[in-house]
Amino acid sequence: MLTTYTYPKFEYRTPPEIASGQTLKVPVVVVGAGPVGLGAALDLQLHDVPVLVLDEDDTVSIGSRGVCYAKRALEILDRYGVGDAVCDKGVSWNVGRTFFREQEVYNFNLVPEPDHHRPGMVNLQQYYLEEYLAARAASRPNIELRWKNKVVSVVQTGKTVTLKVETEDGVYTVETDWLIAADGARSPIRRMLDLEIDGKIFMDRFLIADVVMKADFPAERWFWFDPPFHPGQSVLLHKQTDSVFRIDFQLGWDADPEEERKPENVLPRIKAMLGDQREFELEWVSVYTFQCRRMGSFNHGRVLFVGDAAHQVSPFGARGANSGLQDVDNLGWKLKLVMDGKAPARLLDSYSEERIFAADENLLNSTRSTDFITPKSKVSKTFRNAVLGLAKNHAFGRALVNSGRLSVPAFLTASILNTPDEADDTFAGRMLPGAPMDDAPLRDTGADCWLLDKVGNRFIALYFADDAAVLPAPTLAMLANLSCGGIAVQPLVISARPGRLAGDIPVLEDPRGIAAQRYDAKPGTVYLLRPDQHVAARWRTLDAKKIKAAVARATCNA
Amino acid sequence: MALNLNPNFSEAGKRYFSAHSPGDDFYEMLITAHRDLSDEQSELLNARLILLLANHIGDIGTLREALDIAREGV
Repeated sequence: MLTTYTYPKFEYRTPPEIASGQTLKVPVVVVGAGPVGLGAALDLQLHDVPVLVLDEDDTVSIGSRGVCYAKRALEILDRYGVGDAVCDKGVSWNVGRTFFREQEVYNFNLVPEPDHHRPGMVNLQQYYLEEYLAARAASRPNIELRWKNKVVSVVQTGKTVTLKVETEDGVYTVETDWLIAADGARSPIRRMLDLEIDGKIFMDRFLIADVVMKADFPAERWFWFDPPFHPGQSVLLHKQTDSVFRIDFQLGWDADPEEERKPENVLPRIKAMLGDQREFELEWVSVYTFQCRRMGSFNHGRVLFVGDAAHQVSPFGARGANSGLQDVDNLGWKLKLVMDGKAPARLLDSYSEERIFAADENLLNSTRSTDFITPKSKVSKTFRNAVLGLAKNHAFGRALVNSGRLSVPAFLTASILNTPDEADDTFAGRMLPGAPMDDAPLRDTGADCWLLDKVGNRFIALYFADDAAVLPAPTLAMLANLSCGGIAVQPLVISARPGRLAGDIPVLEDPRGIAAQRYDAKPGTVYLLRPDQHVAARWRTLDAKKIKAAVARATCNA
Repeated sequence: MALNLNPNFSEAGKRYFSAHSPGDDFYEMLITAHRDLSDEQSELLNARLILLLANHIGDIGTLREALDIAREGV
């Protein structure tokens, strides 16, 4: 059926350990080369950590699966070196239409907020994302990808995790200091370690079809509640790349998945929806159910769970790959510091705590969308339909229509890694400790650039000045000497006026004052930024002692 | 007092990072309040709720406006 995409076949090579019989010893193994596993490998190589990636397959995701990559995921992909590829190939959509029975009840235009590098989301089939990530990973010297290498047993003893890996040529043993399990919702690693994941299965089935439209069709998102062509259920139409559209039919729990995915049953549904005259071709069909659940802890000794292996949500709102990428964004720098002995293992507990907070928020939002889309009781359906009826003419009704909320990153405001604002320091806006950073347009020696492209991968002290050229020597000296305990803190000055600094401190110009506005900065304001582009602390005046204490706190060294 | 038809939910002391959050919070509370009730019990809950809220609003003009809009769509 598939016509628009050619699946790459990654080369399997016989592992040398099979002939030698030797145990392979590596610092980090990632199991699973999906978007999240490849993201984990790419994050760690940014910290010069060598990574072995094992995957039982030798190609990318079959079928489009994940479709929507939200702004924060795109910013993380920028750090991993594939943001441009994904945004160039992906499609942006702004117009969404909501239909109830025969009528369009309203439409919205998600005009992207100006002065951010990345839009709120792009749509792209998952196989493209995986292809770009795999190509990027293969090009990095610190990443070894082993395809058709299946982990068949895992044992954790003290400081070592021992894996038995099966290939077509035989079995070999790997010993690793750290294991990152990115092996998906059914996570064999989780099962082999006998770990629990709790939650609930939703009693509903959905048919997803990728269709290729032969004629132009608008790049919009259409969502139907109870449409005449599929009464009592919901339907979603979403544009992807290559004229491929995702159609998602709610089927109900009693549907027979084998019957429903047969083309002779799928085609009439789509024809009824599009009208008979529109030409299209079926590319891929699947029937799925989903669960909302998560593990009680995402770290177990030297085994770290990321992505669907750790938590699963309903697909409404695109929180699967998006939150998985935020997991590895959070984990990479912490694991590096622990591996180097610069932070205690407690820092990895904070990975679990912060990402559980985010997972719970994702579970809450996706469960709410699910409950709105598929009401569980008569009264719930009455309220849903009343909201849809009021939405046509009243703004408050439109705000309550929940056909999936856009994935946005969690504000980790309760994290133990944050240093709270001082009582005398008042800040407006939303860049409070624990916030994922807002982007801003800046200039770097005369060339346009983005704030988020200039930060990340290490701690940064972001210092706001009116004129960088006239900063006094003691300020410069203080900024240049913020590193402590072997943890580097790089100073970066944001200057309202163009100017160069003496010394090695880089300066970015904020000609329109957008960075200063978004961070509510005045001359002298300083932000301590984490390697994953979250705010750790902020002050109205520069004080090296306070910055060092905040770094210690953000690394569990306090 | 004119009937407010714009999004108007919020909770004191709570900070929101998404515009839809307070409305979604309310909607979940509303649906949860009906959990495990029979259809008849749900109807009674709704009636009690309307009476409580109507008394809180108090202004008959506002209530008339709301009743008219509610009736229009039925």
